Amino acid sequence: MKLNFAQHNQTLELELNGDYLKFDDEAALSTLLMTAQQKNIQNIQVNASELKQWDSSLVVVLYRLTALSKSQKKQLKLIDVPKNLERLINLALAVDRKPSLPSSPKLPWLESLGGFGYDIFQSSKKGLSFIGQCLKSWGRFICSKATMRQVDFLFALQDCSYKAIGIVSLVSFMVGLILAFVGAIQLKTFGAQIYVASLVAIGMTRIMGAIMVGIIMAGRTGAAYAATIGTMQVNEEIDALKTMGIPTTDFLVLPRIMALTIATPILVILADFMGIIGGATVGILMLDISAPEYYKYTINALDLTNFLVGVFHGLVFGIVISLCGCYFGIYCGRNADSVGRATTQAVVSAIVWMIVVTGIITVIFEVLGI
Amino acid sequence: MMKSPVEIAVSDLTIAYGDFVLLKNVSFEVNKGDVFIIMGASGGGKSSLLRVLTGLVPAAHGKIVIGGVNFTAADEQKRQQIMQKCGILYQSGALFSSMTLAENIALPLKQYTNYSDKMISELVSLKLALVGLTGFEEFYPSEISGGMKKRAGLARALALDPEIVYFDEPSAGLDPISSKMLDDLILDINQSLGTTIVVVTHELNSIFAIGNNSIFLDTATKSISARGNPRELLKNPPNQDVYNFLTRGEKIKNA
Repeated sequence: MKLNFAQHNQTLELELNGDYLKFDDEAALSTLLMTAQQKNIQNIQVNASELKQWDSSLVVVLYRLTALSKSQKKQLKLIDVPKNLERLINLALAVDRKPSLPSSPKLPWLESLGGFGYDIFQSSKKGLSFIGQCLKSWGRFICSKATMRQVDFLFALQDCSYKAIGIVSLVSFMVGLILAFVGAIQLKTFGAQIYVASLVAIGMTRIMGAIMVGIIMAGRTGAAYAATIGTMQVNEEIDALKTMGIPTTDFLVLPRIMALTIATPILVILADFMGIIGGATVGILMLDISAPEYYKYTINALDLTNFLVGVFHGLVFGIVISLCGCYFGIYCGRNADSVGRATTQAVVSAIVWMIVVTGIITVIFEVLGI
Repeated sequence: MMKSPVEIAVSDLTIAYGDFVLLKNVSFEVNKGDVFIIMGASGGGKSSLLRVLTGLVPAAHGKIVIGGVNFTAADEQKRQQIMQKCGILYQSGALFSSMTLAENIALPLKQYTNYSDKMISELVSLKLALVGLTGFEEFYPSEISGGMKKRAGLARALALDPEIVYFDEPSAGLDPISSKMLDDLILDINQSLGTTIVVVTHELNSIFAIGNNSIFLDTATKSISARGNPRELLKNPPNQDVYNFLTRGEKIKNA
């Protein structure tokens, strides 16, 4: 499979012998083209009488030779070249090789800034409109007019409640453990390691339990919501719902928001408990605090207000995570790539909004003295 | 293009999902350069047969020989070598949505050849020109129509100059004009490149327009109830089911 060529006077003769399959000898091709470019070459002749098997790579070789002969106005003669090969060469020659998509022009900085601001305005409008639609759906649900299947709600509840127990328990236990460890290192220096019990109890119930549940549920359930609804968008199921006149927020979003809003506060209570158990494990086994003593300090530190603040955070996080998951699912594009992007955005935005909401709640509670 | 003596020989093939037998002891041969139609009613096992022929699903029993090599007994590496000689056009085109058409077609070329980037780019343009999509290199699958997606899928299937191209319901979801264009393209590829074509379809217009050999899968007996040129089968139907299928049952109503 070689390019055999020779120069006779002003003619370059290329002999194609045998098989030309997956021809990838770029060096040989360059030499051939360089020779063909020489000024003293006026005619190019391709003899394919001995050609046996060939594939598209030979088409490209002959296409380049033909293109060169045309651009440099040299005579090209094809001898015994199979008709279908010649047809493919002509097809390749007919291809317009200019870039098919115009590159987007670079905008001046002020226009770019304006565009950026406008995009933010538009997405805020879209987000607020989605929340508005969800509130309307909620209103319809209260009036028993929402098109929501009970079974969808129960499935969503099952998925985000007892199926999440294992992971929430494990992570909260570990967080309690870490909290106790880190606290103990400092408290030990002035012999106050007994207060590890209070630290873990207050820390877990006030905020850590809720935050951990929020992060787990954002990664687990929020992502699943975006992926499920996004795939429905790709499969045109959402279009089908719309054309049937069924509000997508009633049918798809409401059951999920309700399920997660109910499940998250309950999971927060579980997380609080498991965190305290984790702290106790460190306290009793490694800090030599007796179990009754640890229990006593924990009970003393536990405060109903802190506990309720944590549960309230859980409730709000449930709403935030489900809203983010469903929003990015509903506004997902129509291909596999978009589903992946929607899932990522759902998780990232849920976590960011959880932090923002935590900040707002903290300020409000501070003002209210809670 | 010189043709190597490619043929598909299927003998005693049984396809089953658990205890549910879909096709039983089916045998047929596809000759080199054929446009071979696998037809039959919906649920008759046409697509399953295609999935077995392409190695996506294992056969319960039987032997498939592709290009003289036993495909069913081949190990993973051997199968990959055989599959490089086969192109497949899936029903939806199955283009990778995150890649442009050029990247979609370049993927098998980058995987299985040592071509330079320039060579690959030339080949991509050639394959797109072959299916009438010149200039669409930088488009994403979401930016083109269903018919164009199928043609781009075909360009990808043709990337490695396959000896056999399988088509799964090529006319599905296409308007009559696009469907006719695809049929013409199939014939064109078959005639100009000498590619063996295997088409799974129940679209009568396509069957008569392109097929020169066929098998008819019978749902009741789970076997082949007719074989041969579809136009000949219409003239001399071997049984009532084939006659009904090829005439859409319309003549019976009139009788």
